[in-house]
Amino acid sequence: MPISYYLALSAVLFGLGVIGFVFKRNIITIFMSIELMLNAVNLAFIAFARALGQLQGQVFVFFVIVVAAAEAAVGLAIVIVIARNRQSLNVERINLLKL
Amino acid sequence: MNVPFTQSILVISLIKVVVLLFLVLTSVAYLVWFERKVAAHLQGRWGPYRVGPHGLLQPLADGAKFLLKEDTTPAGADRLLYFTAPAITLTLAISAIAMIPFGPTTVHIFGVATPLVIANINVGLLAIFAMTSIGVYGVALAGWSSNSKYSLLGGLRSSAQMISYELSLTLSVVGILLLAGTFNLSELILRQDGFTWGYLPQWNLLNPILPQILGFFCYFIAAIAETNRAPFDLAEAESEIVAGYHTEYSSFKFAMFFMGEYASMITVACLASILFLGGWLSPFPPTPGMDWTRYIPSAVLAASGVALIIDGLRHRSFARVVLPLLGLLLGALSFLCSQPGVIDYVQGPFWFLAKVLFVLFVYVWVRWTLPRFRYDQLMRFGWKFLFPVALLNVVLTSLALVMHR
Amino acid sequence: MTPQLVVFLILAAIAVAGAVSVILQREPIHSAISLITVMIALAGLFLLLESEFIAAVQIIVYAGAIMVLFVFVIMLLNAGAEERTNMSRMARYVGVPLAIFLLIELAYQIGAATSSMTAQPVADGATRGLSMLLFQDFVFPFELTSILILIAILGALVLAQRSEGAPPQRAKQ
Repeated sequence: MPISYYLALSAVLFGLGVIGFVFKRNIITIFMSIELMLNAVNLAFIAFARALGQLQGQVFVFFVIVVAAAEAAVGLAIVIVIARNRQSLNVERINLLKL
Repeated sequence: MNVPFTQSILVISLIKVVVLLFLVLTSVAYLVWFERKVAAHLQGRWGPYRVGPHGLLQPLADGAKFLLKEDTTPAGADRLLYFTAPAITLTLAISAIAMIPFGPTTVHIFGVATPLVIANINVGLLAIFAMTSIGVYGVALAGWSSNSKYSLLGGLRSSAQMISYELSLTLSVVGILLLAGTFNLSELILRQDGFTWGYLPQWNLLNPILPQILGFFCYFIAAIAETNRAPFDLAEAESEIVAGYHTEYSSFKFAMFFMGEYASMITVACLASILFLGGWLSPFPPTPGMDWTRYIPSAVLAASGVALIIDGLRHRSFARVVLPLLGLLLGALSFLCSQPGVIDYVQGPFWFLAKVLFVLFVYVWVRWTLPRFRYDQLMRFGWKFLFPVALLNVVLTSLALVMHR
Repeated sequence: MTPQLVVFLILAAIAVAGAVSVILQREPIHSAISLITVMIALAGLFLLLESEFIAAVQIIVYAGAIMVLFVFVIMLLNAGAEERTNMSRMARYVGVPLAIFLLIELAYQIGAATSSMTAQPVADGATRGLSMLLFQDFVFPFELTSILILIAILGALVLAQRSEGAPPQRAKQ
């Protein structure tokens, strides 16, 4: 089972995450595209860990998942505060520092 | 996990899946009957008694009722999510039972050697916890997609409760993982083999290094909260929030939630008996002096057969015929179980089922004895008491292990 | 057509379909469900790559906790459907084809560059080897991540608190 298939899939998922990040307007959906990119990177790490016969790739994936959890918690708290203050989740409407 | 993908394994697994699915769905239905009977006797009344002898056909009547009710969909409900939420709950609750070993590995039935477990995964314990984690979505999406205030609030509260107690649930099991060193459920049971001082079974509850009593306590409470049962059922109790996240569900979809709750109860009870009570291990040591304990399964079957016959003759309706026939059937099974060829295969599943029934009995007992927690009390209990206690269990177990070495 | 390849193709198809659905759905809750599907498909792919512990951790932590957080926030904020706007001509005729070309190019180049790599067996069992690495070579980052999570908890708590005495905000149209 060639590893390049997994890496190509990871690249496609990453690209889709970037497309979502660029095209969407809802801030939560943008956040979810970031998570999609992180997931694609996790797949690449695990594929390489398998290709090289080492386990450091899996260790890194472990840390990526932990950091993604911390980032999601703080990021969503920020989103809640923004939504409370601006009453909108559209990134085009929250582009001014002043209300 | 690398199993050769031959044709016969696929067929054997399919047969096991079909048998287990049938058994689990029947057990879920009769668990409802069991709960109603136990609840009734705890409250000094009879419980279902009319539909069939001793209410034994009550699950059939309930099933027929659920199927024949009108199937409504609230206006403005999100169709896709509304339909998939109960499916998620039920599917995940039942699939978790695929990892549970019912007997010793590699049993020979009809000349085929097969383990009494559908999927003997190396990370079986983690797989069951993974299915419980995804089960939270069934509740959350049901609350959201019903387009109703009660549902949304109930769904949010219920899923928040589930993820809070899931933490204590997984942490309370870490003590056992430290002692055993593996996630594989069959291995975990085999590590509990052996008898301290010759007669006390080395189940994890009575582990010689550190008895996991604290772990069992945390696990049991977290499991009750995880399956949304009283005293933690604020989010779905009738007197509190109509019916919480399954307010707007009717007929078969409600039945799916109902069955999902009881199926996850069975899963949690099976896991409790595997992790803490020794799974399919017999509590009696296999010394020659204790050889009579191998006849306990057939003795129990014979006793229940005799009880059914005597009880059947007391009735006057067609139960006068059916119950004694069932009793004779049980007697025949009991005779079969005492034959030398069959007796070894019956031991494992019998003790496992006995322990699971015991845990389920305690589950039902707790439900109908304790009053309900208020939501903030519930969350405070989960985060400020249960989680530190589970952590304490981990610390104590590691200390005990280090001192033991 | 080994069984591994068949399973890989099915899981990859589910993952790509889910990812496309994350982008194309109008309601955020549907995007969240699609993302959960992607994560579960990825967990299956991790299993194919013989890292069962990471697969379980992916489902328990990522799909079972982080995405639950997303779903909660979407429900709390009552995030509705995105407004439908017609894409500008530039976006529709240049942007979308370029995006699809980006995907194909990425997949092709990365696939071609690594086409000589094959799977090597792992010395230790995955879980045991991983825990050895985590607690011996990487114990310092491991402890750091626990501090990171503590900081994140504190940050989220402080940020999402309502200020004392402020009246509850009403959502304007």
